[in-house]
Amino acid sequence: MLSNFGNLLLFINIFLSLTIIYSALKCLKISGKFIPKIIYQISSLQSTLIIICFFTLVAGFIVSDFSLITVYQNSHTLKPIFYKIAGTWGNHEGSLLLWAIILTIFSFLFLVFTRNHPKEFRIFTLIIQNILIVGFLFFILFNSNPFSVLLPAPMEGLGLNPILQDPALAIHPPLLYIGFVGSSIYFSAAMASLITNYSKTTFVHAIKNWVLISWCFQTLGILVGSIWAYYELGWGGFWFWDPVENASLLPWFAMTALFHSLVVFEKRGLFYFWVITLCLLTFILSVTGTFLVRSGILNSVHTFASDPTRGIYILLFLTLMIFSSIFLLFRKYKKKDYDLNPNSKETFILLNNWFMMFYLITVLLGTIYPIFTDVLTANKISVGPPFYNTVIIPIVVIFLLIMAIGPRVKWIKERFENLKNYLFILIGSVSINFLIIFLFKSYSILSNLIIVSALFLIISSLFDVLKFLKNKKINIAQIISHASFGFLVLFIGLNDIFSIEKDYNIKLGEIKKFNNYSIELQNLEIENFSNYKAIVGVLEIHNIKNNKKNILKPEIRIYENPQTLTYEAAIKTSVLKDYYLTMSNVDRSDYYNIKFQKKPLMIWIWISVIMIVFGGFLRLFQNAKNN
Amino acid sequence: MQKTIKIVISIIFLFVIGVFFIGLNKDTNYNTNSLIGKKIPNINLEYFDENKFYKGDDLKKNNYTLINFWASWCAPCRDEHPLLIQLSEEKNLKLLGVNFKDKKKQADKFLNDLGNPYDFLTKDDQGRNSVNFGIYGIPESILVNKDLIILKKFVGPLSVEDFNSIIEIIN
Repeated sequence: MLSNFGNLLLFINIFLSLTIIYSALKCLKISGKFIPKIIYQISSLQSTLIIICFFTLVAGFIVSDFSLITVYQNSHTLKPIFYKIAGTWGNHEGSLLLWAIILTIFSFLFLVFTRNHPKEFRIFTLIIQNILIVGFLFFILFNSNPFSVLLPAPMEGLGLNPILQDPALAIHPPLLYIGFVGSSIYFSAAMASLITNYSKTTFVHAIKNWVLISWCFQTLGILVGSIWAYYELGWGGFWFWDPVENASLLPWFAMTALFHSLVVFEKRGLFYFWVITLCLLTFILSVTGTFLVRSGILNSVHTFASDPTRGIYILLFLTLMIFSSIFLLFRKYKKKDYDLNPNSKETFILLNNWFMMFYLITVLLGTIYPIFTDVLTANKISVGPPFYNTVIIPIVVIFLLIMAIGPRVKWIKERFENLKNYLFILIGSVSINFLIIFLFKSYSILSNLIIVSALFLIISSLFDVLKFLKNKKINIAQIISHASFGFLVLFIGLNDIFSIEKDYNIKLGEIKKFNNYSIELQNLEIENFSNYKAIVGVLEIHNIKNNKKNILKPEIRIYENPQTLTYEAAIKTSVLKDYYLTMSNVDRSDYYNIKFQKKPLMIWIWISVIMIVFGGFLRLFQNAKNN
Repeated sequence: MQKTIKIVISIIFLFVIGVFFIGLNKDTNYNTNSLIGKKIPNINLEYFDENKFYKGDDLKKNNYTLINFWASWCAPCRDEHPLLIQLSEEKNLKLLGVNFKDKKKQADKFLNDLGNPYDFLTKDDQGRNSVNFGIYGIPESILVNKDLIILKKFVGPLSVEDFNSIIEIIN
């Protein structure tokens, strides 16, 4: 029943999209500034129906309708209701439906919120967005249909992968998708702008909030994924340069570059074609990322199931997008000579863009290089953290300095009269850095250079905050985001230098001592839960120096559906540090392998990212107020 | 000029897409089938207890050798250990252990507790030599004959089936 209803809605949605394209094309021939009401109506109907379609699938998960293959493969009657619902997008088919929703809703909202812009531009944006929608709906309907039927319906489902049964992972996909798929709307707008020659600076107003929205959500999505990896994967790290993480970073770099160059285009009318290129690139990278993680071409936790036909479809889609973009871009490209003063805000923002492109290319190469060596030389290699750390980290030092100076530079020409201030800030940063080395007696040249440049950015931002308190005209959103980025890098640097990691095999009642700590395995408890059984280790961490004791309880979980063993880290978070403890069983012995880590300032890393996003939302709020 | 750039960019994208397309049909799971029948690389492994090296020529003295990569910190290694002990009783087979990225004290304790099946024991503190063998994670074992040809490679702990297939090959 649900299956028929869902399929029917998908068909109707395709029909509605085609109707929109048809009536939009017809509307182009009619003179006048307004878009007929009927297009708005169809578009809003389309959004409503796709949402209903999605909730049909959610209903399938809630009532555990195992006649739907997707539900059968990813759910189980014993699963808590929260994870039944989250299971809707915890799989390939359901998450594609989420794609379609965002494409459709953004299409409608864009139509509503761009009334001040030329009709042709809006119409073409709508047409291109609907072509994307039709493309995805066809993909869903004929290749990855969440409403495919399994008859006779099994009595029980296979269950959701236990490591995905986690609150962070329940909200991670929707957040990331608003970022990923949200970029489709400025892809369409950029295409429309090229087609209709809408290259006035007012074009910025049509897309800048969309760029900000997608950037904010993309950043949040990456953050939540990272937090999940930190406490779920049990390695104690929060960024692994896994292809999947990289896939989410690639469009992020492009978005970041984009909303910075949008400012230049808005204020000075420069870089139009560059802005357009970035708009196109962002969504192309989003689809590339989807291709990489969904097609099974790379191995990762997000490769739900390997099915080459899926990959071929997305690849075809990608090819069409890339070549129509190249075609249009070159057709409309006009060479413009920019007279840029090296000492101007424009130049600094351009520098920001170069850095972003550098990071983007580095990460892109590292991600797809293994595919190339595999195909061309039949060698299997993997590119890991050493590559990224070596290439990216030294460049961050310069990047941070430019991030500190750039926002204070004037448009057109800056005289740099207060170079002395920068010198003071630099001296301040270096002294704080030496203080850190002196107090904690640990250093590495690169980490300390990073700390100095991060401090430089933070201190100059603090001066900007002081200025803001006197003169409210200064852009506080930007200051918050930049300063928070400085804090982020600072905390990551400090975390890297001062982390402690110890590994032991330990028996019940045994005590291990190291540095100023001792660890005792005091007890082992067995607990039964509805969908798993847990062996819980009770370990006492004793800080000998200040005589503080903490109890940590890492778990080994045995899930029933599907039968899987997972290791849950026990984490004790405090303001200054995290204790991180994982435990695994050593087969046929009374020993347990425990890994203890002390990770300073972890919580501040998360808070910094939240503050970066807060800056983004604040800017969005300001934009809304100004309109 | 603009035309050239356009063509170059298009070709680059076509190339990337082409590689993606071919890559789609490749098996991304790690397997070692391609290594079977190949000669093992020149080996030069430092003995566990003395400052001497075990070389390819030493391997040629044995009819069959099972090279086993293990570590005291690796739980699955404990799993396969009883099978290795049983294999060590085979006359036609020598066991060459490579202790991988381990601490000597702990490795000694491991062997004291569980028994030492190895005819020769070497070490790879840095994990560099193991890379030459195409080792992906431990435990892994490679069965070679006296011509240094790889007959079989086992990823992960040895199972009873693996054990039987080794016995079958060496007899």
